[in-house]
Amino acid sequence: MMDKVKKEHIVFGIIRLLSYASVFFLALLVGYIFIKGFKVISFRFLTDVPRNGITAGGIYPAILGTFYLVLVSFIFAVPLGVLSGIYIAEYTSDNTFARFLRLSVNMLSGIPSVVFGLFGLAIFVNKFCFGVSILSGGLTLGILILPTIIQATIEALKSVPYSFREASLGLGATKWQTIKHIVLPVGMPGILTGVILSVGRAAGETAPILFTAATFYTGRLPHSIFNEVMALPYLIYGLLTEGTFPDKQIPIAYGASTVLLLFVFALSFVAIVIRVKSRRMKKW
Amino acid sequence: MMKKKAIIEYFLPILGYIAVIVLFAIIVTIFGEGVTTFKEYSLWKFLTGISWRPATSPPKFGSVPLLVSTLIVAGTAMLIAVPLALATAIYIAKLSNAFTKEVLKPIVELLASIPSVVYGFFGIVFMAPLVQKIFHLPIGQTGFTAGIILAFMALPTIASISEDAITAVSKSIEEASLGLGASRAEMLIHIVIPAAMPGIITAVSLGFGRAIGETMTVLMVAGGALGMPHSIFSPMRPITATIAAEMGETPVGSLHYHALFALAVELFLIVVVFNVIAEYYHEKFSHMGKV
Repeated sequence: MMDKVKKEHIVFGIIRLLSYASVFFLALLVGYIFIKGFKVISFRFLTDVPRNGITAGGIYPAILGTFYLVLVSFIFAVPLGVLSGIYIAEYTSDNTFARFLRLSVNMLSGIPSVVFGLFGLAIFVNKFCFGVSILSGGLTLGILILPTIIQATIEALKSVPYSFREASLGLGATKWQTIKHIVLPVGMPGILTGVILSVGRAAGETAPILFTAATFYTGRLPHSIFNEVMALPYLIYGLLTEGTFPDKQIPIAYGASTVLLLFVFALSFVAIVIRVKSRRMKKW
Repeated sequence: MMKKKAIIEYFLPILGYIAVIVLFAIIVTIFGEGVTTFKEYSLWKFLTGISWRPATSPPKFGSVPLLVSTLIVAGTAMLIAVPLALATAIYIAKLSNAFTKEVLKPIVELLASIPSVVYGFFGIVFMAPLVQKIFHLPIGQTGFTAGIILAFMALPTIASISEDAITAVSKSIEEASLGLGASRAEMLIHIVIPAAMPGIITAVSLGFGRAIGETMTVLMVAGGALGMPHSIFSPMRPITATIAAEMGETPVGSLHYHALFALAVELFLIVVVFNVIAEYYHEKFSHMGKV
């Protein structure tokens, strides 16, 4: 009997140890980048343009470029994704057809990001003649985050109790009125969480904008959606691989990574807060 | 009385199809551009050729070394990620107290939110020198190094789906096994894990698909050497990295351009296989809870 207890302690000890590996790795990665990154970050670093072949100055154009790309993808993907999710969750019954729709969404979400990049290149850049531009890159990113938003919407709406709908319909509301005034508001925290996380994803993705939007360096700020732009993730990649003065450029890459990490962590934090709050408000 | 439909309800069915439309458009585009390759270059040589040399004349587009590199990197990642992710899932689902759970879960999710280029950056500046030192290698950027980083990128996916599966295992069979005298460890290993297996297979398949499709990290960390890798400790260039590295300098419509799309088709098909496996087992485990 004693043996059994000892064995259990060992097994649980190993499991506990292994499960802390991700904490350790996260701390290592974030610590390593933040320590070097915060040395570089200043007000000037965030608001100045790059100087002397990106060996000095700031990263403002890349921050602005990423903002524009995210904005375009947001405008494209959020309304489309949420409405599509509403249709799949509320207007299809659980038959073969609904399963086909959901399977397509899952398949789409599994496609590698570089394949989205190729699609954007072939369709938006070449066929639609948008060129390498904010529009092409934003749409490509929009398509990339579309399945995430649809999935989040479906899940959020499915978690709304069925009795809520019955009560509303029973009071004489139409199906759309029920969705608009009852189901959507109740499911909103879940949808919002999905949208926020996919904004973070769009901001950090590099492969889809490699050939559709991003340029390592441009001297001027974009003035239309048909301009190519600098973007934070591509700047980090470029500084490491195309940089000619590593000792001056790698610190800028640390700074840019820190800015990007702070941004996605802030979004994740907001998402977590929304989730915790909505769980607390839940009374059913 | 027929109730009037809201205007938006007439558009909803079309919007509902958006995922199908986009998926279809991507497949048609990638396959269309990719298949064009084989008007000029033999499909057999593409599938079995062991050298990828787009710049020589005549160019060689043998995809085997790239595919092997992809499998080595993703395989290494899974060897590291699966035990860690399973331990994390078991710990969160069964062993941790409420507080640890509330801390550990968001931390694992944070790993998923880190952009791949930042992982790649960390791989170059931290992991590659470390691997080089430990294993006395000429270069630190190898398939193995990329595999370590990819493991932590795939970990959140595997851990969270496995955790759902483990949580879904019915309490009554756990209690039955405890009642028959099993220790909690025996119950976990012999009862809970096997019962959650369909969900765990789903998780691992999705994680594998994710690792195969990951681009920036392998582009930056795997070393980028063309040619057949002879060990997991040599620099290599997986399929995704090759597409990302070469597409920028390729003229639109050239044979090389189409060959890169053909690579994307190959990648797409492999990923789809793993997603279908995941989907199949997911069906199984979503029915499991109802028994």
